[in-house]
Amino acid sequence: MDNVHDMGGMQAFGPVNAEPEDKEPVFHADWERHAFAVTMLSGFLGKWNIDMSRHARESQNPINYLRNTYYENWLAGTQTLLVDAGLVSPKEMASGKAEGSAGIKAPDAQTALDSVRGAGGPIDASAPVNAAFAVGDRVRVRTFHPEGHTRAPRYVRGRVGVIDRCHGRHIFPDTHSNAHVEDHPLYSVRFDATELWGPQGDASSVVYADLWEPYLERA
Amino acid sequence: MPHDGHDHDHTEPPSDIALRVKSLESLLIDKGLIDPAAVDAMIDRYEHQVGPQNGKKVVARAWTDPAYLQWLRDDPVAAIGDFGFNGRRGEKIVAVENGPKVHNLVVCTLCSCYPWNVLGLPPVWYKSAPYRSRAVSDPRGVMAEFGTTLADDVEVRVWDSTAEMRYLVLPERPAGTDGWSAEQLEKLITRNSMIGVEKAKSPADVKDDA
Repeated sequence: MDNVHDMGGMQAFGPVNAEPEDKEPVFHADWERHAFAVTMLSGFLGKWNIDMSRHARESQNPINYLRNTYYENWLAGTQTLLVDAGLVSPKEMASGKAEGSAGIKAPDAQTALDSVRGAGGPIDASAPVNAAFAVGDRVRVRTFHPEGHTRAPRYVRGRVGVIDRCHGRHIFPDTHSNAHVEDHPLYSVRFDATELWGPQGDASSVVYADLWEPYLERA
Repeated sequence: MPHDGHDHDHTEPPSDIALRVKSLESLLIDKGLIDPAAVDAMIDRYEHQVGPQNGKKVVARAWTDPAYLQWLRDDPVAAIGDFGFNGRRGEKIVAVENGPKVHNLVVCTLCSCYPWNVLGLPPVWYKSAPYRSRAVSDPRGVMAEFGTTLADDVEVRVWDSTAEMRYLVLPERPAGTDGWSAEQLEKLITRNSMIGVEKAKSPADVKDDA
């Protein structure tokens, strides 16, 4: 989906206003701690995957997405996912009053900790890679205008880069966001900054993006 | 949180967002979907147990142990796992090495992807629109805002974390640290240097803490 979460190359957001590293707390308010934990634990119920989570956040009205702080966007996504998964009814979400148990066992503290100490959901596949492109090949990112989730940022679409390495077969986010698991070769693709930004690009900068084979065509 | 700047002699009323989070958490507990003890455990882990202290150990060992550096290049997941730093948002990780003519910078333009297992949760600025928008189009300008300037002949490599690959920057070992132990070197390594917006500190920067 082409929305404001896809920020690469946008202008006018102003300078990076970083807090000093040794002064910045992990959380800036108690509610952030809880928004974080509630989102993580809801995810451990296994009703959605990482790409569905991202899609829920980035499908918001762009005005809301930009106005919200980071954990407000997490909260908005989590509420959407809980209702879409049927774990919470719209009425319950609106009232905050439970009308019966969801009938699922909530992960206890140990299960939750084991879950984050181990890997998250599946990322890649062990099938033979069968890569269509080799290191050094020139590829162009396809031009497309997806209604659903994608991880091909707008700023690389239509641009030519060079295959830098293949990471193996990884689960394809564009369909994973619809709960469908399929895997494709994933490549690190190197772009010259001048290819991406024209005369405003820095001649001594390059940008690497990780892109799945269906995003790419031979250039 | 709203903050109007004046001194308060009363309890700050909870903001709307604080109430909404509390309401959702209560609802999920009532529905049996969330265990309150698990909420506390998650917060403790990511506020206190996992953080840049992990990445500092990896970098300091790579600086002092050539065999470890080679392992980190060949099999970064196993090399980092040697410390027990496995876990979510670090299942697939690559260490990108700075050198005299190369400087690496990590961003996630689409959301907030970050190597949690070695750096913890990302700082606010990393997730902010100014950083996500400009790290790819104006990396030198972004680094300058952190006080970092690079010579014109240094290649800047920006890594946009668009998939589940995570990137850890291996900063250059500072000059004047010959013979330093890994523990001493850890004091020179900052979170920001492992994202790439800064270089590692020099010995002079930490002299007073020694």
